[in-house]
Amino acid sequence: MDLGSLLQYLITGVTVGATYGLTGLGFTIIFNTTGIINFAQGEFVMLGGMLGVAAHAAGVPLPLAVLLAVAAATLAGALMERTFIRPVAKASAVNLIIITIGASILIRGVVMLIFGKDTFALPHFSGMEPIRFLGAAMLPQSLWVLGITLLLLLGLKSFFSRTMWGRGMLACSYDPKAAALMGINVSRMAMASFMISAAVGAAGGVILAPITLTAYDVGILLGLKGFAACILGGLGNPFGAAAGGIILGVLESFGAGLLSSAYKDAITFVILLLLLFVRPTGLFGKGSGERV
Amino acid sequence: MLRLKNVDVHYGKVHAVRRASLHVRPGEVVALIGGNGAGKTTLLTTISGLVRPSGGEVLFMDAPITRSAPERIVRAGLSHVPEGRHVFKPMSVEDNLLLGSYSRYSMQTRPRVQEDLEDVFALFPVLGERRSQAAGTLSGGEQQMLAIGRALMSRPAMLLLDEPSMGLAPQVVRDIFKLIVRLKAERGLTVLLVEQNARAALKIADRGYVLETGRIVLQGPADELLENRDVQRAYLGRDLDREE
Repeated sequence: MDLGSLLQYLITGVTVGATYGLTGLGFTIIFNTTGIINFAQGEFVMLGGMLGVAAHAAGVPLPLAVLLAVAAATLAGALMERTFIRPVAKASAVNLIIITIGASILIRGVVMLIFGKDTFALPHFSGMEPIRFLGAAMLPQSLWVLGITLLLLLGLKSFFSRTMWGRGMLACSYDPKAAALMGINVSRMAMASFMISAAVGAAGGVILAPITLTAYDVGILLGLKGFAACILGGLGNPFGAAAGGIILGVLESFGAGLLSSAYKDAITFVILLLLLFVRPTGLFGKGSGERV
Repeated sequence: MLRLKNVDVHYGKVHAVRRASLHVRPGEVVALIGGNGAGKTTLLTTISGLVRPSGGEVLFMDAPITRSAPERIVRAGLSHVPEGRHVFKPMSVEDNLLLGSYSRYSMQTRPRVQEDLEDVFALFPVLGERRSQAAGTLSGGEQQMLAIGRALMSRPAMLLLDEPSMGLAPQVVRDIFKLIVRLKAERGLTVLLVEQNARAALKIADRGYVLETGRIVLQGPADELLENRDVQRAYLGRDLDREE
């Protein structure tokens, strides 16, 4: 096994892992605000890719198509919260989670009816000429993926720790009753969290679409892997989710390269199961320190 | 300043508060006392908008707030320190306090919010020492101070205090009650105080109401209530028969 191939696996892994990380981040944002695990998160990623393709095919220039896709998915996030979650807001978390699974099936079905079952590709953002170094090749698109992921991560980090809105969203998850007494509109925050998650997920979907192609059903697997990423990083920890995604992507890529690509998807779920048995708080999760 | 007219509250079929009427004048500390389950907390959460009354009217500064959302009531200047403190445990002391200013926070008010933050730290030096510590790691008394400080950050005209002495050591309870007196004297803050510790509450209050199974059964100046034989028997633990 030469250095070039190892480096190649690493690059592929980190690129794909960044998307898992963004999906995981989406889970984290909604979970942190509402306590719901949104299993339609993968569909937001799919929507990003599919809507980007659709807009581009309709003649919209690529950069605008990307932005349009993210904006439309954000709207879909708001719509989902309003129509599926808000009316049953008093239901238990388990019921709400099942509702999100229903919503994911619905979104997938609608997209299939409109766009069909074909696989689509989005053009690369800045050419397909690979950058070669040390015997490995890296697509310029990989740089886009990594750069945008990093940017989103830093943006969210400062949003939650520095802005009043971000703090307010976190407060809703820790204690919704007290948050309401602070003057925070808790249900509006829930909708905002769905919108931000949808935007982050769709951004992940649309930047990855040129590399991995997209179809109406890519959300299932991406959603599950994003979920695995955020369990790996410790549920509720945004940076953990992003790191978890990258770790998963790299392990997958090495597994596929060194063992067999047939096991690629299995690797994630074996790790997920092992983790749930051995360390359910995740790699970066810690027991909360509080006095009773 | 605050006026309740014939307020009824139902939880499903349970009639938790029955035709309660009370008023609090500006600058007054009014104690609402009563046993466990009398409806004291229900009445406070109704005032702050977390619970909707099934009948009656709530007026704050002569404006009806009976069915207003909690965020509108905070903006109007009525801040509620909930029972059990409800601080945001994983967040830092400073973030907790800043969230208290959520209802009035904007680019323009930012410098004033910073001043208020320092004010709260001056009022509770221990919170200043622990400003970056997670709120959940504070002691019970410190969490109570944080909850009060957080409520003050919205610059309220009136404070609703629910069981501030609950679960605290006697010395800490004395400190908290002294603070209420101080807030009234120095800032002219109006306070509606709910307490099971009836003696301590009536000692610092101007007037009091006694709530029993959802009804207000007695009201009057605090010192008269302290002397009242029924109040003494029921809430101050005095055995009058033995003394006679």
